[in-house]
Amino acid sequence: KCGLAGPVLDVLSRRPGWQQAKDEEEWDFLWCDVSWLRENFDHTYMEEHVRICHFRNHYELSRKNYLVKNLKRFRKQLEREAGKLEAAKCDFFPKTFEMPSEYHLFVEEFRKKPGITWIMKPVGRSQGKGIFLFRKLKDIIDWKKVRKTMVEKQFLERGNCMLFLSQDGVRADEQKDETQIETYVAQQYIENPYLIGGRKFDLRVYVLVTSYIPLKAWLYRDGFARFSNTRFTLNSIDDHYVHLTNVAVQKTAPDYDPEKGCKWMIQQLRQYLTAKHGAGSVEVLFADMDNIFIKSLQSVQKVIISDKHCFELYGYDILIDRDLKPWLLEVNASPSLVASSQEDYELKCHLLEDTLHIVDMEGRLTGKEKRVGGFDLIWNDGPVSREGNLGAPVNGNFIANTHLGCYNDRKQQLKQLFRTLSAQQTA
Amino acid sequence: MLPFSFLVGYIGQNHLGNGSSVGFSPELCLNCSPRAGRSLPGPRGEAAAPGAACPAAPHEQGTGYPCWGARGAQCPPPPPKKKPFGASELFSQEPFSTRPPGRRPPRSLRCLVTSPRAAVWRPKRSGPVPGAMLDPDSGLSLTIARIVRRLQGSSLHSQLERQARVSLHKPEIKLESLKEDIKDFLKTSGWEKKLQNAVYSELNVFPSPCHPAAPPEHMKEPLAYMRKAQGSWEKRILKSLNSMCTELSIPLAQKRPASEQKELLNKWNEMGTDEPDLSLFRPVYAPKDFLEVLMNLRNPNYENGEQPSFRNHLGLIQVPLKVKDIPELKEDFSELGLNTGQLGIDDSAQVPPEFFENEHVRVGQKVLAEQDSAAAQQYVRQGCPTALRADLWALILNISNQPEDILYYEQLKSNVIQYDLLVDSLIYKDVKLTASNDDYYFVFEDYLYQVLLCFSRDTSVLEHFTYSSATPPKSYIRGKLGIEEYAVFYPPNGVIPFHGFSMYVAPLCFLYHEPSKLYQIFREMYVRFFFRLHSISSHPSGIVSLCLLFETLLQTHLPQLFYHLREIGAQPLRISFKWMVRAFSGYLATDQLLLLWDRILGYNSLEILAVLAAAVFAFRAVNLMEVTSLAAAEAVLADLSTLKVMPLLQIFLFATVT
Repeated sequence: KCGLAGPVLDVLSRRPGWQQAKDEEEWDFLWCDVSWLRENFDHTYMEEHVRICHFRNHYELSRKNYLVKNLKRFRKQLEREAGKLEAAKCDFFPKTFEMPSEYHLFVEEFRKKPGITWIMKPVGRSQGKGIFLFRKLKDIIDWKKVRKTMVEKQFLERGNCMLFLSQDGVRADEQKDETQIETYVAQQYIENPYLIGGRKFDLRVYVLVTSYIPLKAWLYRDGFARFSNTRFTLNSIDDHYVHLTNVAVQKTAPDYDPEKGCKWMIQQLRQYLTAKHGAGSVEVLFADMDNIFIKSLQSVQKVIISDKHCFELYGYDILIDRDLKPWLLEVNASPSLVASSQEDYELKCHLLEDTLHIVDMEGRLTGKEKRVGGFDLIWNDGPVSREGNLGAPVNGNFIANTHLGCYNDRKQQLKQLFRTLSAQQTA
Repeated sequence: MLPFSFLVGYIGQNHLGNGSSVGFSPELCLNCSPRAGRSLPGPRGEAAAPGAACPAAPHEQGTGYPCWGARGAQCPPPPPKKKPFGASELFSQEPFSTRPPGRRPPRSLRCLVTSPRAAVWRPKRSGPVPGAMLDPDSGLSLTIARIVRRLQGSSLHSQLERQARVSLHKPEIKLESLKEDIKDFLKTSGWEKKLQNAVYSELNVFPSPCHPAAPPEHMKEPLAYMRKAQGSWEKRILKSLNSMCTELSIPLAQKRPASEQKELLNKWNEMGTDEPDLSLFRPVYAPKDFLEVLMNLRNPNYENGEQPSFRNHLGLIQVPLKVKDIPELKEDFSELGLNTGQLGIDDSAQVPPEFFENEHVRVGQKVLAEQDSAAAQQYVRQGCPTALRADLWALILNISNQPEDILYYEQLKSNVIQYDLLVDSLIYKDVKLTASNDDYYFVFEDYLYQVLLCFSRDTSVLEHFTYSSATPPKSYIRGKLGIEEYAVFYPPNGVIPFHGFSMYVAPLCFLYHEPSKLYQIFREMYVRFFFRLHSISSHPSGIVSLCLLFETLLQTHLPQLFYHLREIGAQPLRISFKWMVRAFSGYLATDQLLLLWDRILGYNSLEILAVLAAAVFAFRAVNLMEVTSLAAAEAVLADLSTLKVMPLLQIFLFATVT
């Protein structure tokens, strides 16, 4: 059963032996959006083999404020247990405060470092909606006011009782606290992003988690860099087309040309960076990115309700700055799987096919695979080495089993994999 | 000739003329004399322009260091008389092909690295060898004389002189052995290497000199009918440009008002954000139009015969030129053979890097450390590691991006800012039509303007017309049509961009991000290679020969396919022509394209383009045999972005039974 259209449905319905379940029918595999999960998960009985594409509390990772909270806590824990050096590996997240709850902490930090730019993002929304940049505290005070009036307006629309409530200021305030004010995060803006041809870009990388206890994570080899359509400059702070690289935002830019696509495959980017900075520094950059995936997952490992029915495909948004340091912007639990071009469509179909191979409803895998299609196992309750079999003792020079931005010869690999597997079964 | 800036204010009339149309024969044209380019003013006539060798640079002899000037430039001594090109044997195939097959040892580059002097004297592959008429010794001395003459005007010459002068204060320089000591000093301080690279670069760019008795236009193109065809093609281009001018009533050039200058300067780094209305402009010509011209090319001394028979050529190109067959190509491209390690094959995921890649990278670093052009050129025949490519290419092209080169670029830039040319709109239009819509290159839009607009102003590009069959068009001040004193080349670099021109620059943006360096690399690539892809000549790297080579290879080795496509009206050249004219830029994936261009640089030849085009047809032969129309054949070959260049080339050249 699939709740969404687009490549997801295409892939699912193309899979041999699978059928689309009708509305009320029983289902074995569900690709749903998170709202379905919220409404139905708790009162749905699931049989042993059933699989669903989200964890119950995925928002621990995908909501920006929770992600920050979890990372901060994990960092403290690491500092206690493993020392400062290990904890410093978590510093891939720009300084962030939850608004309005951490407003005072934020103001303190803001005063400490005047003149830097901050970005405000609504925690729950995606695709760049509601984002704005600011440099003066005044802007944010204005924002608070605007929010206030907006909330009041909502009240007005909701019931006529507000007619007299608005006269009584005290009561109106109380009421407001009850409705949820949309939480925002204020995040230090990265002012020196790496530019190519004067344009800013961010990376979208896919990570599949099949289990949190023990943590088992797979990294997809393909991904893409999304370019901003206009040239980057800090002067045009109001022009948010410059600053956001989400395809969804870019699509509404006045001079957006759908033909352009504004995307590079990650292989393309890796090659470009290698040509400019040499293979060594690019290796370091990609190793740092691996670290981001693993640390962020570890930070929520104990919080997320592990459930053997669940798996989740995350879309990581990464920004690289001019010193070739990667920064984690956010994690999406339901990354956009709508295709913007032919190449994009193929990438997403392959991604989904390989996801299904790993979820393995057909029961073909042994569970010992280190690579399935375009996915490489990067964490299996511990780091995974490139050499040797899974679980084999690691010798001196450990090379992580990651191939982000490497050549993706998934077809060949899959063919070989399933041939050996079926050979084993018959034997 | 007047300085460009002087004229530009006066050009009210918007007409271009070329030599013959206004009553004087092209032979009288200034640019046919070998040194014409140098007597031209630099940008805006400033003698300070460093790149364009300054015309008046006196040969500073007798400044107290007798003979240094002449000695210095002759530093690499002529090879021994008995074996004029003996040293080139170092590069020949023997030592490698006699190696037992199957073993892939690292190429003995050590011998190249340690004997760069020998490499300098490697004979260049040249076109129809005019030197054949000369005995080798006198040909050589002519070459030496020319190189000496050219280097004397260069900034390298003055730098060497300065270094020599500085060295006099050193204690190890003795008066009694002055000459030897200075030579030793220049050797140890790396200046000799720089000189060698400069000489090597000259040898690579300029064809070997003609017989002294040959008229100067033979240097441009020895065959009269080719010269004539190129001339009338240029006339057509000019006519089309002129009619566009008249139609739109836009002058060829005008000074920008001060406000506009300021605006342009401010958005120099984001010119792509500008969206001028270019709907009225159209590219002056597209590869398709050029192909029509090449198809009608005939040798008047050659009987073609009306009926096609097995003896004559069944393709579109009907001129008899000597092109290589597969055994000859095999020999030429021997380093691409099955027993040699190749980047683009032996670095794939399945092959462990210890096998070839690591060692190749190590050798590459060594070549770079040696700063030797010749060794670098030999090295890239097996492909450049991505991380070293930018430096290796710059070394081969002898581009070092000195402060004066940066200054020169800045001067071109200020020229762009001051004057508005009609060709600017053509460049804008071309970038918008091609690179901006490309999945890979759209990012580099701004760089393309920064390079191409400056390129159009660069008078040092005119120098390449001494060995190109093309002739730069001229423009005259109103009322002075045809009077040589009032003539100026238009555009100042003499090159009229056509549809797809910006794709020559786009791949280079992958390697260089400083605009000045990117610019110099592109200019050098253009005057070495790309100009041959859109001018009519008999040079083996010229587009006519490439087309003929492509058709001959297909006709000989895939006769069934060739015949089938011809019968359904899908002549293969109609599909492959655009690939070759653009040197495959925009058709292949970038990594593959750079691997291909590695080989162009390595072999100093464009022939590989024709071989690859044929190899692509061979690769898709099964599908092509099933199509029944040109459109269907084009569809089969529409997407080349998944192809792997090196395996295709290798299979076609070395693994096919011939």
